[in-house]
Amino acid sequence: MEATLTLNDFLLISGILFSVGLLGVLIRRNIIVIFMCLELMLSAANLTLVAFSRFDTGNGHPNYHGQVLLFFIITVSAAEVAVGLAVMVALFRSRKTTDVSQINSMKF
Amino acid sequence: MIFLFYLFAAIALAGAIGVVAFKNPVSSAFSLVISFLGLAALFIQLDAYLIGILQILVYAGAIMVLFLFIIMLLDLPAEEKRHFRGATVICSLAFVAGFVALLVTVLKRSGVGERMIPEIATSGGSDSSDIHRIGELLFSQYWFPIEMVGILLLVATVGVVVLSRKELK
Repeated sequence: MEATLTLNDFLLISGILFSVGLLGVLIRRNIIVIFMCLELMLSAANLTLVAFSRFDTGNGHPNYHGQVLLFFIITVSAAEVAVGLAVMVALFRSRKTTDVSQINSMKF
Repeated sequence: MIFLFYLFAAIALAGAIGVVAFKNPVSSAFSLVISFLGLAALFIQLDAYLIGILQILVYAGAIMVLFLFIIMLLDLPAEEKRHFRGATVICSLAFVAGFVALLVTVLKRSGVGERMIPEIATSGGSDSSDIHRIGELLFSQYWFPIEMVGILLLVATVGVVVLSRKELK
């Protein structure tokens, strides 16, 4: 019997990747690693979008609107990473740490 | 086909677990690159060639170089001290396991995910490639969002310059 891929396979992988990223956000203490885990969660959501785009075919083509949305997500996340890392550099300058358990006051 | 799917999914998952498990932030960053490469392979397997290439160029290239640059600039301690708070780890694991269980249940119950991968037209020709179609959509139907994204990138660039100045006043 020839086994073929179903939408569930992709959605499951995407969900597990998202969960691993969520786990990292919850248990890691280094703020830069937490930020990397956020990127991982974002990419997992991208996989869902691509999978739905590919499985929703109209007259022999994937649904390209989903891939256009993905294009925007990638652009926005690049801008988000740049700003976020600048904020972390500023934070490190004033606190001398990247450990989130030591960053616990709003005003320094 | 199905073997390649499992191979790339395993690569992406192993990289993701490495990000969480490695203690050294540089190891985590390289592990994340591997995870992104596996994801890009999955995108290409789903016939999203442009998105797969963008994933490699933007995520595995630009974003991860930025991460590594900042990690090395800040000179982070290689070994982060694990004041092992078992309660946090156990609660997080339980929460995430519950999330995965919920996901599996929902996917099993709903019939949406049961469909097989549909055939798409593989005829040649320059106007049938996905980059052609996405470009057409971007500059016709989505002209306003793409202008907004351009402004967003400009604002982000200026914001980063302001944020990285020596004294934040």
